[in-house]
Amino acid sequence: MKHSSYDVVVIGGGHAGCEAAHAAARMGVKTALVTLTRAGIGVMSCNPAIGGLGKGHLVREIDAMDGVMGRVADKAGIQFRLLNRRKGPAVQGPRAQADRAIYQRQMLEETQKQANLDIVEGEAIDFLMSEDRVSGVLLEDGRRLTASGVILTTGTFLRGVIHIGDVSRPGGRMGDKPSVKLAERIDSFNLPLGRLKTGTPPRLDGQTIRWDILDSQPGDEDPVLFSFLSDQVSAPQVVCGVTHTNARTHQIIRENLDRSAMYGGHIEGVGPRYCPSIEDKIVRFADKESHQIFLEPEGADDHTVYPNGISTSLPEDVQLDYVRSIRGLEQAVILQPGYAIEYDYVDPRALNLQLQVKTVAGLYFAGQINGTTGYEEAAAQGLVAGLNAALAVLGREPVTFSRSNSYIGVMIDDLTTRGVTEPYRMFTSRAEFRLSLRADNADQRLTPLGMQLGCVGALRKAAFEDKFSKLSSAMQRLTSQTYTPKEIEKAGIRINQDGTRRTGLDVLAFPDVTFEDLILLDSSLSDVDPEIRRQVARDALYANYIERQRKDVESVKRDEKHVIPMDFDYDIIEGLSNELKSKLQRARPENLAQAGRVDGMTPAALALLLSHLRRQKRPRLA
Amino acid sequence: MDTIFALASARGKAGVAVIRISGPDAFDVARGLTGRALPARGMTFSPLHNGQGEPLDHALVLGFSAPASFTGEDVVELHLHGSPAIISAVIAELGQHPALRLADPGEFTRRAMENGKMDLAQVEGLADLIEAETEAQRKQAQSVFSGALGELAERLRRDLIRAASLIEAVIDFADEEVPTDVTPEVSALLTGVESELRRQTDGVKIAERIRIGFEVAIVGPPNVGKSTLLNALAGRDAAITSEFAGTTRDIIEVRMDLAGLPVTLLDTAGLRNTDDVVEGIGISRARTRALAADLRVFLTEDPDALDLDLQSDDIVLLPKADQRDACPNAISGKTGQGVDELIERITRVLDSRSNGAGVATHERHRQAMLRALSGLEQAQSVLELGSDHYDIAAEELRSAIRALEALVGRVDVENLLDEIFASFCLGK
Repeated sequence: MKHSSYDVVVIGGGHAGCEAAHAAARMGVKTALVTLTRAGIGVMSCNPAIGGLGKGHLVREIDAMDGVMGRVADKAGIQFRLLNRRKGPAVQGPRAQADRAIYQRQMLEETQKQANLDIVEGEAIDFLMSEDRVSGVLLEDGRRLTASGVILTTGTFLRGVIHIGDVSRPGGRMGDKPSVKLAERIDSFNLPLGRLKTGTPPRLDGQTIRWDILDSQPGDEDPVLFSFLSDQVSAPQVVCGVTHTNARTHQIIRENLDRSAMYGGHIEGVGPRYCPSIEDKIVRFADKESHQIFLEPEGADDHTVYPNGISTSLPEDVQLDYVRSIRGLEQAVILQPGYAIEYDYVDPRALNLQLQVKTVAGLYFAGQINGTTGYEEAAAQGLVAGLNAALAVLGREPVTFSRSNSYIGVMIDDLTTRGVTEPYRMFTSRAEFRLSLRADNADQRLTPLGMQLGCVGALRKAAFEDKFSKLSSAMQRLTSQTYTPKEIEKAGIRINQDGTRRTGLDVLAFPDVTFEDLILLDSSLSDVDPEIRRQVARDALYANYIERQRKDVESVKRDEKHVIPMDFDYDIIEGLSNELKSKLQRARPENLAQAGRVDGMTPAALALLLSHLRRQKRPRLA
Repeated sequence: MDTIFALASARGKAGVAVIRISGPDAFDVARGLTGRALPARGMTFSPLHNGQGEPLDHALVLGFSAPASFTGEDVVELHLHGSPAIISAVIAELGQHPALRLADPGEFTRRAMENGKMDLAQVEGLADLIEAETEAQRKQAQSVFSGALGELAERLRRDLIRAASLIEAVIDFADEEVPTDVTPEVSALLTGVESELRRQTDGVKIAERIRIGFEVAIVGPPNVGKSTLLNALAGRDAAITSEFAGTTRDIIEVRMDLAGLPVTLLDTAGLRNTDDVVEGIGISRARTRALAADLRVFLTEDPDALDLDLQSDDIVLLPKADQRDACPNAISGKTGQGVDELIERITRVLDSRSNGAGVATHERHRQAMLRALSGLEQAQSVLELGSDHYDIAAEELRSAIRALEALVGRVDVENLLDEIFASFCLGK
């Protein structure tokens, strides 16, 4: 029997697992990715789309750290749309429809060629333990992979149950078997668990859809890609179809509600409110006569179509009935029925900001197992766990993402301080510093951090440094020179003749002033690259607000610096209510900023906590 | 780091009142008030002026450069004359300073701790101290929030959550079936909140008046018997009266109790054009004070000639009733004719005003509401630009809501999402 020794072992080849394995490997530690089959790497088990609002931001941030998701999605993208294109850049989110097969192929290829990374096919059935810490993984065939860090990214495998109507059976996603032994081992750690559910629609055969009578939604003419390194699309581009449910559809569903797993009382897990089943929509919004459905091809040369908007847990015969009641789908053939899946998740408050289990050294969780949903959320967690597992191996300080520098930081903080009540999905409204955390400046926010950590390759480093120096020089020129209102007006820009001298950046911040207008004011600016022009214009647009937010950012950072030891005893704080003590005891915030977000925390309680932290830090001299 | 300020001594009349300013801008602020740079450490006796150059007080100004100060930051202490009027004038002046904000409860102490300025004994004693503070705060909050303020806050909160959720829905669910233009509904909600906040900020002033006293100014041309009237009202010789025009060059204040309401009567210099520099200063002060007073009693034949706008409720009386034929609208301080009627009128006006006191009673509430108002006004003007600018509108709204957190509690993103999911059928 062949045993191997690694620094980091990642269990699971989904989006969290791939990003975790790549991140650890980029950090230069010996990494293994354990997956049931190579074919399972990079599978998109739900909607074949990447990005969107908030999610597109996450992909950009992963890319800024030289992660894989953005590059692979760009290669697999068969339709690109920048959401909120007409709104401000802070709320624009790149999104792409991906070719499922290309995505898997490209992800496998990237994974095979990544240095320090082995793909190990097999089923992980248990952890190796040295005393209380996880020290590797045992495979079903008896192989032992030792490692000082193990990252578990196995999605819905914990007591997953699939429901189609009144039929239910244990299972992860369709076709996978649940890993019972590993689940038992996790149970032995006594981690707090909760139950969630999610659903998928029936998959349709695109050849049986009447595309000719349906409206269509094309991609953007000028596609916006994910990766800062990509410059063009490579897959053939497709259009999506649009259709709607109707009174007949709703009637069929209403008549069969008692046969739905959800309404028949078979499901106890909590589902996501932003992605309700069609049963849910019809019950909760009974007065709505029609719901929109996007018909999304799963690949350029794949006939499978994902009808986005009608996920369900009704029996197969009802699914066929209601699908065929919809315009354009009268003859549609279902390739795979829709189903609901219920699963256990680990309350992410059991994890620290590095996604390591607080009570089990060496063990990290990332992805859907932490109560999130979405490929992007999973991948971003994978990145965080992978980097930190590697840093721990190297004996270096962990990396913490902050709410003030990234959506990744927002998500990790939300998960670990507040837990989840439904599958957690990113929205731009979750980010209080939304105007500065933009998809367009993810590289400026995070690539320097990545370079400092050592997870950024030479190619990206060079590209970033080049862009950054151009950007800095343009900024320098826009802020050093000032102009009188008269000069500005001469350049054709309407302005208050208030006698105030303004910088180029000030002028660019005016609504309707473009960089090209500035060139009329100062012709020397005409040598600035178009990409750099766009970037400084976006920065100028929000300059005043970002300056205002800077104070809030500083206060967050200051509080983040006050670290609370893991073993801090809240009981010794006199004057803190018992309720708050137990909340803090449970949440175990890692720093003062996190403590401040614990439900029920008051400024006075925070001051008490701080005073005790200071007392512990500076013991009285005898 | 913000620069913060607060009254460090107890409220009310006293020999000396201390206002403490802490933070990086403390010395700059003091330079603005005193017109001179302070030494890095030590005290300066100096007049204080507001932004318009008008005198506020003569104060002992103490500067403590970081880190040798109570908070460990740059600290300036203004030792003022302990008059409530001076204190509120200086606090109002500081409140307008863009770099300053009113300190939160315990914030100086918190900063002192953060900067390692508290020694161990002090820190050990702090738990008790803070406990006492929160207990008092709890009781206070309980009494305020159990009643009208709680209901008002709940209403405002609901409207703000609704408004923010509409904008966020348009932003975050752009590819779903949500409306694309929510400006009319959001704008209506914000207008409602704004008008309520305005009513409340006005009400705070009245509540403060009830606590500190109303000001009633007697104005009129020289030598119409203003000082005599004041003496008659006060029942004692408070102001110097003489036959010569322009005797009262400074402002004489007399505090009295009118049917339970504290009232300060102001006798002001006679308003006229003068070449006398000293008298001119007195007249200009009289105008300013009279304008700021809660109510004015015009003692004149011709109120239009005074160059002082009549405001609603102001009382206009003809002077020297003893020297004219019987006239219902005339008064004489000398004979006391019409004095009782005047007292009754003043009382009636102030009484009805004091009924307008809002449910918000604290300066902190008022400051929070004023900040929120300015954010809401900004949000309104951005909303007019249409849905393409919702990112900015949302930011303005967020900052307004943050300012109101003291009043309505924290509005969390989960509150917004709850509202969004309850209102729109999402999930394409």
